[in-house]
Amino acid sequence: MTPAIELTSVTKLYRRYGGRQFSTLKSALLSGSITAHLKPSETFQALQDVSFTVPRGQTLGVIGRNGSGKSTALKLVAGITKPTSGTVRVDGRISALIELGAGFHPEISGRENVFINGIMLGLSRREIQQRFDEIVEFAELEEFIDAPVKTYSSGMYMRLGFAVAIHVDPDVLLVDEVLAVGDEGFTHKCLDKFAEFKRRNKTILLVTHSLGLVERFCDEALWLDRGTKRGHGDPTSIIGAYMTDVERQEEQLLADTDARARQQADETPSTTGPVDAGDAAVDMMQAVEGRWGSGGVEITAVTLTGSTGEATHIFHTGEAIAVRLAVTAAQPVTDFVFGIGIFTAEGTFVYGTNTFIEEYEPDVLSGDAEVTFNVDSLDLVEGTYKLDVAVHRRDGAAYDYHRLLYTFRVKSRLKDVGIYRPQHSWTFSDGIRFRLKP
Amino acid sequence: MWRNLATLVRYRGLIRSLVARELKARYRGSVLGFFWSFVNPLLLLIIYSIVFAVFLPNRVEGIQPYALFLFCGLLPWTWFSTSLNEAANVLLSGGNLIKKVLFPAEILPIVSVLANMVHFFLGLPILAGFLIYHAFGSEHLIALHWQELVWLPVVILVQLVLTTGLALLIAPLTVHFRDIRDILSNLLTFWFFATPIIYWWNTPELLGYKWFFDLNPFTHLAVSYQEILFFPQNAFGHRAWLIALGVASVVVFFVGYWVFDRLRDSLAEAV
Repeated sequence: MTPAIELTSVTKLYRRYGGRQFSTLKSALLSGSITAHLKPSETFQALQDVSFTVPRGQTLGVIGRNGSGKSTALKLVAGITKPTSGTVRVDGRISALIELGAGFHPEISGRENVFINGIMLGLSRREIQQRFDEIVEFAELEEFIDAPVKTYSSGMYMRLGFAVAIHVDPDVLLVDEVLAVGDEGFTHKCLDKFAEFKRRNKTILLVTHSLGLVERFCDEALWLDRGTKRGHGDPTSIIGAYMTDVERQEEQLLADTDARARQQADETPSTTGPVDAGDAAVDMMQAVEGRWGSGGVEITAVTLTGSTGEATHIFHTGEAIAVRLAVTAAQPVTDFVFGIGIFTAEGTFVYGTNTFIEEYEPDVLSGDAEVTFNVDSLDLVEGTYKLDVAVHRRDGAAYDYHRLLYTFRVKSRLKDVGIYRPQHSWTFSDGIRFRLKP
Repeated sequence: MWRNLATLVRYRGLIRSLVARELKARYRGSVLGFFWSFVNPLLLLIIYSIVFAVFLPNRVEGIQPYALFLFCGLLPWTWFSTSLNEAANVLLSGGNLIKKVLFPAEILPIVSVLANMVHFFLGLPILAGFLIYHAFGSEHLIALHWQELVWLPVVILVQLVLTTGLALLIAPLTVHFRDIRDILSNLLTFWFFATPIIYWWNTPELLGYKWFFDLNPFTHLAVSYQEILFFPQNAFGHRAWLIALGVASVVVFFVGYWVFDRLRDSLAEAV
């Protein structure tokens, strides 16, 4: 059986903005392609030799970061743009939910717009007439269908657009991130409609950032990354691979941000930092990144490691974390305290402690040394956190104070809220039963 | 190209709906509504009549009443120039449609031309009313000869084909060169005065410029309208030119459509 959608080594070039306009026109007129006569530097490769097929009746979820070519792929399948090379073949009537209500005219009524939009999407007047009540009911706009569309709220507008597009009764449905438009109830209705399409053996191509939706709903997942195909297959494994990649990217980003913050702090060493511990505590409330201190002891490196022992910026709730400070004292010192503070990204002070509070009496610190702050279980909810690390005298005068220069991110499968996630469990008496999740 | 032209026929329902939408949307919310389509040309004609009779009297022999003469050329010119100006904008303002919905984009300029044609049709009764009024009520000898009127649909058809062809040519080029919008509006102003609309071309002092008028396609349309509506006492002497222009218009249409078809795939990206 022929597949419903088939892309064979499809490459799509876009013209970079501000190129030579005349040559794009010339090449469009002479060779039917806008980019044929442009130099490589004047084009942008949105898709690069991408091939995939979607068998009839299957649902394919396309995932990938912004700019990975997802929407371009969808537009190619929809026929709105043509591939620069390669072939796109689609079997059956297509309806593309790319921008809902794209053809609506604000001045005329919802009713008239339904007809015109339906005709644009390929229905006949009679077909629309037959489905009209169903469309209006689906959009929940019975009261307002005769009002001009300009008076609609954006939710109403989208609902009507969605209702028309879905009632075109396509063989191939293309969906580009449109489920975010309605309220909870409407989203469920849309998902039900998709499920109905699936039951009726229609083909669906779904572009979305909602990985949960892909996992629950799609037979297969396609992962695009900067215009190339990174993976295609079972949704769970593709999503897993994608998540790992996203975390790695995030890690790199956090490391870069930290490096930049530290560099800035070094360039503008502050001499006006708080001198005693009381001031420091007050100052924590107005957390501003920076670094100060007398320099008698210097923190030369800060490394965060997770359960694997590798340096990272991404942790998972409940994982072990270790903060290792490399310090160096030019002259031996006998009065020293190591401190650490954890903040949320919004600046809420989550936790702070130091060796003095925890009754370590300093004796001597000389030369190069290492201090490690070990947490067995990082009981924080998902979010971004920042670290203070410091070495100072018992009276609070800083040798080297690093204020909010280190960032780490906590990830969690669960979306619980707050800051602190105590280790916990639930118990239930008889009479309460839960269904097992599939 | 031929296949796309055939598809276009399939979309005639959409074209009809879009033209209707254009007209409805234009007057939606106004008190007089559709009636404005009659009121606008009526008021314009009254203003011209007063201006050229009282403030700026035009006494040129043979084209009296001047306001009526002017109107015979002005009404089709308005259809022509407004259509082209709109066609230059329509792909840009309808960019959302081209980028997000799969449908033949040439519909948009065609709808502009047709919607303006409807306005032209609505202006015709006003003109006819004044012509009849003058035929009965004034000393000027203007009689409507119905034999000449059979040519009117031909003139309108030729203008429709020519305007559509030019609209199809201009619309996609404007997407690539936005400058065309401004060039076009200035060109149309020049074109208006270069065409015998506000003056009669067949006068001794303009005889030397006849080659220039002959080159201007709208001359033949304007003169045809004037001869049929305003000078019905003469036989319609311009029919040879009109037929030649009709043939040329078909060529323009196909050239326009070819260019549009060629640039079609680039539109979604360049808009």
